[in-house]
Amino acid sequence: MSEKILMKGAEAIGEAAIKAGCRLFFGYPITPQNEAPAYMSKRMPEVNGTFLQAESEVSAINMLYGAAGAGHRVMTSSSSPGISLMMEGLSYIAGAQLPVVVVNVMRGGPGLGGIGPAQADYFQSTKGGGHGDFRIITLAPADLQEQVDIMYDAFDLADKYRNPVMVLTDGLLGQIMEAVEFKTELDPSSFKPPAWAVTGRKNRPKNLINSFDLDLDGLERHNHEIQAKYKTIQEKEVKFESFHAEDSEIVVVAYGTMGRICKTAIRKMREKENASVGLLRPITLWPFPEKKMLELAQKPSVKAFCTFELSAGQMVEDVRLYSKELKPVHFHGRTGGNVPSPEEVIEKIKSVQKEAR
Amino acid sequence: MEIELLAAGFGGQGVMVIGQFMAAASVKENKYALFYPSYGPAMRGGTANCTVVSSDEPIGSPIFTAHQNVMALNLPSFDKFESTVQPNGKLFINSSLIDKKSDRKDIECIYVPSNEMAIEAGSNLAANIVMLGVFLKLTQFAKKETMEQVIQEKFGRKGEKIVSINLKALDAGYNFV
Amino acid sequence: MTEGMKQIFKNTTYLTDMQRSYCPGCTHGVIHRVLCEVLEEMNLMEKSVIVIPVGCSTLAVDYFEFDTVQAPHGRAPAVATGVKRAAPENFVMTYQGDGDLASIGTAEIVHAANRGENITTIFVNNGIYGMTGGQMAPTTLMGWKTETSPYGREASRDGNPIRVSEMLSQLNGPAYIARTSTDSPKNIIGTKKAIRKAFQAQLKGLGFSMVEILSNCPTNWGMSAVDSIKRIQDETMKYYPLGEYKVVEGI
Repeated sequence: MSEKILMKGAEAIGEAAIKAGCRLFFGYPITPQNEAPAYMSKRMPEVNGTFLQAESEVSAINMLYGAAGAGHRVMTSSSSPGISLMMEGLSYIAGAQLPVVVVNVMRGGPGLGGIGPAQADYFQSTKGGGHGDFRIITLAPADLQEQVDIMYDAFDLADKYRNPVMVLTDGLLGQIMEAVEFKTELDPSSFKPPAWAVTGRKNRPKNLINSFDLDLDGLERHNHEIQAKYKTIQEKEVKFESFHAEDSEIVVVAYGTMGRICKTAIRKMREKENASVGLLRPITLWPFPEKKMLELAQKPSVKAFCTFELSAGQMVEDVRLYSKELKPVHFHGRTGGNVPSPEEVIEKIKSVQKEAR
Repeated sequence: MEIELLAAGFGGQGVMVIGQFMAAASVKENKYALFYPSYGPAMRGGTANCTVVSSDEPIGSPIFTAHQNVMALNLPSFDKFESTVQPNGKLFINSSLIDKKSDRKDIECIYVPSNEMAIEAGSNLAANIVMLGVFLKLTQFAKKETMEQVIQEKFGRKGEKIVSINLKALDAGYNFV
Repeated sequence: MTEGMKQIFKNTTYLTDMQRSYCPGCTHGVIHRVLCEVLEEMNLMEKSVIVIPVGCSTLAVDYFEFDTVQAPHGRAPAVATGVKRAAPENFVMTYQGDGDLASIGTAEIVHAANRGENITTIFVNNGIYGMTGGQMAPTTLMGWKTETSPYGREASRDGNPIRVSEMLSQLNGPAYIARTSTDSPKNIIGTKKAIRKAFQAQLKGLGFSMVEILSNCPTNWGMSAVDSIKRIQDETMKYYPLGEYKVVEGI
């Protein structure tokens, strides 16, 4: 029986990956996620795994490409500027349809920015980020237990769809400590490399890990295949938390740390003044809960949406898109590494309430 | 019940230890706990603070505009955070290093000469544990025995002597109020 | 076979039957062949994984009969590191051109070599970017005119050509580094020998190995195949001397 262990967010990510059967970690130092590689450098040798500090994020993601191509669970962890460098590799990985897990402990940008928590990489992660038509399955936890659980899901989804998965977390969730429980522990020797992996050609045709095709129609067929896969993911893998979203006039939309803070704010408003406010917290940012969004927008009882983000406004574009702007969409964002308090959230919601009346 | 604390001091005073021990004792008693560290840009010598929450219920926002409890281990922390204590909240002041008194009448102030008390217990370095003892007594976020266990576990690899100094420091703080 | 006759040559079975798309006179074909001959002689089909980044040789994704990974430009050593670390029983190679390895991929090759990554790099150096249409490479010789050095390469503007084998042989990680050429049957045989040694280094777990092979580009050099071979002999081999630059004990 597993017990609850008090752990730092970035370390819990590492332990969850090991428990999910990952034995390969390639990474490059960047704040605020340095505890994750440090933890892996200590733990991997204990479990016969591999930790390697790459010469750059560019190399790290390509090491993932090779290890995933060889048919093994593999991951990296980085933060915003490092993730930008990985985008070329992620495009190749998506094109070659390989399963990898990438953790982005987001910090404030643009450029070198700062090291405070941010959610400014939503576009990068949910809209492709690199060149070409591709999608990254993007998962956003709001607390450490969910972050641990999501690591297992991330590897499963990556394997199931042969697609990169991004765990989009932030500097706050990387740094805080909470008690977590690891539900299962998978034995990596129980995984056999998949049939497509480059394992050496033994009694089978040659395997090729590839995203390259100079034949226009061949490449288009490849794109159709990938897009069909994305459609399935959009139909089957959407995840969100609804906290009174269905029975409220004002629906707050927020994810990750911001979702957690909004929930506290909403709970306070409901307890103190019986306010008609609810929360829709997307857990999968891509695929976005678009059907739920439209369903809420079509409800006569819903008067307005208000999106909160640690950015200048990124997910709010999806809220507008998928609600078809049937109801007003408001936005409140903080940048630079600043995180709003529940009181700041309440103030904004009250102004939205006033306008809705 | 949710008990929340902001502890602040300069790097090396063991502010993070206070927060981590509070979280660890809470988890030992099957409560929910959250520890959120915040460091200055320098690794050593800068200011540091952490927010800790211990609760019977799942914990929501880790961000607080006003704190139930604030612990100031040095003067800059006192100056910075005195105003952030909620009305009817508590301000724990390390009077060994802070010679100011709070003017606030709407909060309870507890002045603890923690460095002197720690020296008495065996080491100046245990001043943070003295403060933790005072805080534990007044808030009862966990049982004293649980905190003693945490001290034994966390300081165990540093040797018996360190453990016993810190247990004494905890006692001194606990019996101070 | 007719009785009494002895087969003295056959095509390697490690290359596919697919028609190669390389330009006439290009030596990629002969390098592919010697590479595959050595693999076949050492019976490495069931272990081999080759990583092919970006350049003319990207076309080779269809030419080898063994497992292949197509990698981003310059990143083959990092990809190969991933393949090898995930499954050390694999026999892992990269096949890179000079623009790929010596320009965009310098960080990856230097660090793979420095780690002593137990992989083998086949480095085909013809001093020019072929696939993109004849641009200057970091290995382009002084004075050579290319699409992007129309007045000839100049040190004051472009720096001097990089001697990769010499550079990497300064590191502790590599077990075997040699430079060979494709200009003559003798040097092609020498290339084959060097590849064999490099492979032995990997099989024995001695660390990183690389064979730099001087090659031509009749199309982008703007000359006949015969003239291009002569240019290797008259110019390239003078700046890039052939030989073994690093051989650790045990090979």
